[in-house]
Amino acid sequence: MDYVPHTPEDQKEMLRAIGAESLEALFADIPATYRLNRLLDLPAPLAEQEIWEHMSRLAARNRLPVATLTGAGAYRHYIPAVVSHIVGRSEFYTAYTPYQAEISQGILQAIYEYQTMITRLTGTQVANASMYDGATAMAEAAVLSAKSLGRSRLLVARSVHPEYRKVLGTYAWANGYACEEVPFGATGQLERDALRELLDDRTAAVLVQSPNFFGVIEDIGPLADLAHRRGALLVAGFSDPTALGVLKPPGESGADFVVGEGQGFGNPLNYGGPYLGILASTEAFMRKIPGRLVGATVDREGRRGYVLTLQTREQHIRREKATSNICSNEALCMLAAAVYLASLGKNLKRLAALNVWKANYLKEALSALPGWRPLFTGPVYNEFAMSCPDAKEANRRLEKAGFTGGYDLSKDYPELGGGILFCATEMLRREDMDRAVSLMQ
Amino acid sequence: MELIFEKSRPGRAAATIPANDVPETALETLIGPDLLRGELNLPELAEVDIVRHYTRLARRNFGVDVGFYPLGSCTMKYNPKVNESAACLDGFTALHPYAPEAFAQGNLQLLYELAGYLAEICGMAEFSLQPAAGAHGELTGVMIIKKHFERKGQRRSTILIPDTAHGTNPASVALCGFQVATVRSNAEGGVDIGHLRELMTKDVAGLMLTNPNTLGLFERNIEEVAQIVHRKGGLLYCDGANANALVGITRPGDLGFDIIQLNLHKTFSTPHGCGGPGSGPVGVKRHLVPFLPVPRVVKKGRRYRWSEDFPHSIGRVRAFYGNFNVMVKAYAYIRSLGAAGIRRVSENAVLNANYIKERLRGHYRLAYDRVCMHECVFTGEKQLQESGVHTADIAKRLLDYGFHPPTIYFPLIVREAIMIEPTETESKETLDDFCEAMISIAREAKENPELVRSAPLTTPVRRLDDVLAARKPDVCWTVC
Repeated sequence: MDYVPHTPEDQKEMLRAIGAESLEALFADIPATYRLNRLLDLPAPLAEQEIWEHMSRLAARNRLPVATLTGAGAYRHYIPAVVSHIVGRSEFYTAYTPYQAEISQGILQAIYEYQTMITRLTGTQVANASMYDGATAMAEAAVLSAKSLGRSRLLVARSVHPEYRKVLGTYAWANGYACEEVPFGATGQLERDALRELLDDRTAAVLVQSPNFFGVIEDIGPLADLAHRRGALLVAGFSDPTALGVLKPPGESGADFVVGEGQGFGNPLNYGGPYLGILASTEAFMRKIPGRLVGATVDREGRRGYVLTLQTREQHIRREKATSNICSNEALCMLAAAVYLASLGKNLKRLAALNVWKANYLKEALSALPGWRPLFTGPVYNEFAMSCPDAKEANRRLEKAGFTGGYDLSKDYPELGGGILFCATEMLRREDMDRAVSLMQ
Repeated sequence: MELIFEKSRPGRAAATIPANDVPETALETLIGPDLLRGELNLPELAEVDIVRHYTRLARRNFGVDVGFYPLGSCTMKYNPKVNESAACLDGFTALHPYAPEAFAQGNLQLLYELAGYLAEICGMAEFSLQPAAGAHGELTGVMIIKKHFERKGQRRSTILIPDTAHGTNPASVALCGFQVATVRSNAEGGVDIGHLRELMTKDVAGLMLTNPNTLGLFERNIEEVAQIVHRKGGLLYCDGANANALVGITRPGDLGFDIIQLNLHKTFSTPHGCGGPGSGPVGVKRHLVPFLPVPRVVKKGRRYRWSEDFPHSIGRVRAFYGNFNVMVKAYAYIRSLGAAGIRRVSENAVLNANYIKERLRGHYRLAYDRVCMHECVFTGEKQLQESGVHTADIAKRLLDYGFHPPTIYFPLIVREAIMIEPTETESKETLDDFCEAMISIAREAKENPELVRSAPLTTPVRRLDDVLAARKPDVCWTVC
């Protein structure tokens, strides 16, 4: 099946109007030798019922887990029903970027409201309408730091998500920046003395995450002070955005950029995407940050309205001098986040607290197993790292019982001598956790 | 319309939090008071008020499902509903990206097969699905170019880009540490071959070419262009943003391109979502496969798994694997259409654009009078000269007729540009209605220019003050 409405008569009539003999004649500009004289080698077309059956079979080839004990950058939270109903409105999902403001006030106002919610959560003055994901939000904040300071060295905490560090490494390589890691200590937090020694006058930015990859909460204030003393900027990431419901806003602690993965706000796991990168900053960077920004203004009759603004930062105006190349972003995921936050309201705090309690419960329970102990002593949000006798065996048992187990730390952190990272959100009931613990015993 | 914050009333809430079934310890004890936040300032509303708020916002928004959306270079085709339904299947939405591979065989099969279909459609050896959007795909492609020369031990500083290119091209090149040199267009809207030859030195890493270009014109000299670039050891990059003109008709790989990025949210019908999520897969010829981003799906027997074992890869450009759920929709689309349906896409996209071109040519001046591909570009210069009506006015007046305007003032080399891309999913009646509206506006411009200049008259707000927005930025709501 296809979605072309024309009948053969329509086509004939239109060709006649054009003055072309055939459809083929319209492609005369393509040298004949390069025109395909065969059909593409693709599976046979399917009717709607057949495509539905085929997709259902493919989806059923996946196995839905009994429970998910992994976070590590993607978090399973309950999504209120209202979110999918709003995001499923096709006035939103079938629209393009709101360049024609008069018929796009819906999404423009929604973005403006989202920007406001994010600045309030992060303690910043400006937030954009989303980046691709947490990793690219961090990488672009790093590139912007380097470009605006004219410096070429980046210091990234080793406790930042390994994949974020890899993406950062790719962007740094492409721009010729040096990227070095700052170690973590026994608390799981960044080692301040090491940072102090590594910082120099070429350092553009210090990049940390709180909660970091181990779930440990960092104290951003002193890190921002250290960075600022050498003229560098502090990029504060986070793991799960729901943590912002209880944690001190990084902007209040002196972070110049707050970046991270926003998926935890109302977006399904979706096997890794689409998600949304949150990027927020101080007023000082308002005219430099990448991505789309919505501003309030008035129309000819003085009515309040919203437009995409400060577009001279962007590629379609500035081309190679633009802050970033980003064009398409994750607007619909951002809309889901906005509706989620509106729905939770102040209850986000209670939800975040529940995450802390669940994680601490699971941590305590696992710590009671022989040979198991927490790897770090620092305070955690909804994730924690454990040392255990055999992480692979633990995951094997969990997998066999239908659980998505913990994140095996051995590949990314060989220095830990084995370890496993668990996550507990509000989605884990006590009996799920008890069962998981008994499986690992 | 009131902001959601203005509708907030203390003590209201929509979502409730489940009962706690584990011990509760004060957060001050577990985390420490210094690391905790004070007040949390989010809006407080009942569910019905949230639903009405966003429903009202939805009604102040225009999508493809609302009406015709001939936005040039954006390929605003109809987004099939069965693809949306399929993408909502639990099996696709519920898995964690680090779920055991044994749990995710359906997803991995889908990714593996989708990459294969795209490779066949484009005539490339392999595809990576990791980039999250078209511009992200461009960046990935330019990184692959950089890696290619790094491996050869060559330093090349510059990438060539035609003056018709999308702004993302030079921005992607700059974000990868290259210089940009601009290639002029010739009188017929193609690459100026003489200028290309002059610019294409051993210091040039490659040419980024959009084909068909943003004038909606196929690069007739593509064979010569490829030769000039390749003879100097450069790579030929295809911005596949306009692939809707070519699928099933010709293949960029066969035309001599080494790298291409596709925009699944354009050619492959996934919805634009008010600006995203998109998906920007990158395909390459055999010699560049080692540089594709990791991880990649590999197949052994009937089993699929992730592999990072590609030592020459540029690395990762995104966490996890890309915008997976978008790929589900593109996969369903390709399987629905099959080879014959894919070919019908381009045939009819090109038919529709040429039909509009012919119907409007007596009323608006054509930028280049040639057979066009999937889009046609007019200039509003005639209207400007005759009655002082700008292209922006014509676009705003279209809103009153119930249409989304075309892309305007782009490409930059056409003054007062009006770039119309109807796509293949629109009926003749819709195209006729649109053309009638454009013709009517041309008449209004002559007879009552003030009416056109004062448009739109029927939208929820009138023209907005962009200058004020930029001069006094108000980007988040603060209570005075």
